[in-house]
Amino acid sequence: MFTLFETIVLCILGAALFLATIRLLRGPSVPDRILALDVMSMIAIGILGLYATATGDSALLDVAIGIAIIAFLATAGLAHYYLTHSESPSEAEVPVEETPKKRNSKS
Amino acid sequence: MSWITHTLFLLGSISMLLAAIGLLRFPDFYTRCHAGTKAASLGAGLILIGALVPIDDPDIAIRIWLTIFFIFLTIPVAGHLLGRAAFLRTHKQWPDDHFEDWNKNNRDQK
Repeated sequence: MFTLFETIVLCILGAALFLATIRLLRGPSVPDRILALDVMSMIAIGILGLYATATGDSALLDVAIGIAIIAFLATAGLAHYYLTHSESPSEAEVPVEETPKKRNSKS
Repeated sequence: MSWITHTLFLLGSISMLLAAIGLLRFPDFYTRCHAGTKAASLGAGLILIGALVPIDDPDIAIRIWLTIFFIFLTIPVAGHLLGRAAFLRTHKQWPDDHFEDWNKNNRDQK
C-alpha cells in the first residue's frame, strides 16, 4: 500500500495531469494540443517511475521507455502533419489571450 | 525509500506541476512551448533519478538511464519541430514580448 508521501506525490502529479488535460481540451490551436499530449506523456512517465519504486515492479520501467518513444514519434508525426496539410484549421485568426494588466506601450 | 528519493520525487513532481500551470496560464504558443518542454523533461528526469537511487541491480538501472537519456534526447527535438511548424504557419505572438523592438535593434546593429 502507498505511504503518505507517495500519496502526496501522486496527488501533485494528478493535479498536473488535470491541468494539462484542460489545455488539451480547450487549446485554441493544434500545436497547443500536441504540446499538451507531450506534457501528459511526461507526467505518465513520472507516475510510472513513482509506481515502480513503490511496488518494486521493474517491468513498469519498460513501459516508461515505450511511452517515451511513442510520445516522441507522435509529436514528430503530428507536427509534420500540421505543417504539410494546409487544410487543417489555420492559426492566423486564433486570438492571443489577453494580458492580465494593461501596460502603457510606447512602441 | 531514503530521503534522497523523497527529495527528488518531491522536486520532480513540483516541477511537473509548474510545467502544467505554465502550459495553462501562458498567453501564446511559444511561451507555452517554453514551459511544456523544459520543466516537464526536468521533472521526469528528477523522478527517474529518484527511482534510480534505491536500485542495486544494474540490469534495471540501465533501463532508467536509457529512459532519461532518451527523454533528454527527444524532447528538445519535439519542441523544435512544434515551434517550427507553428512559426511557419504564422502563429500570432504575444504583443507584450515586443518583437518589434528586438527586430529594430538588430537591424540597427547591422
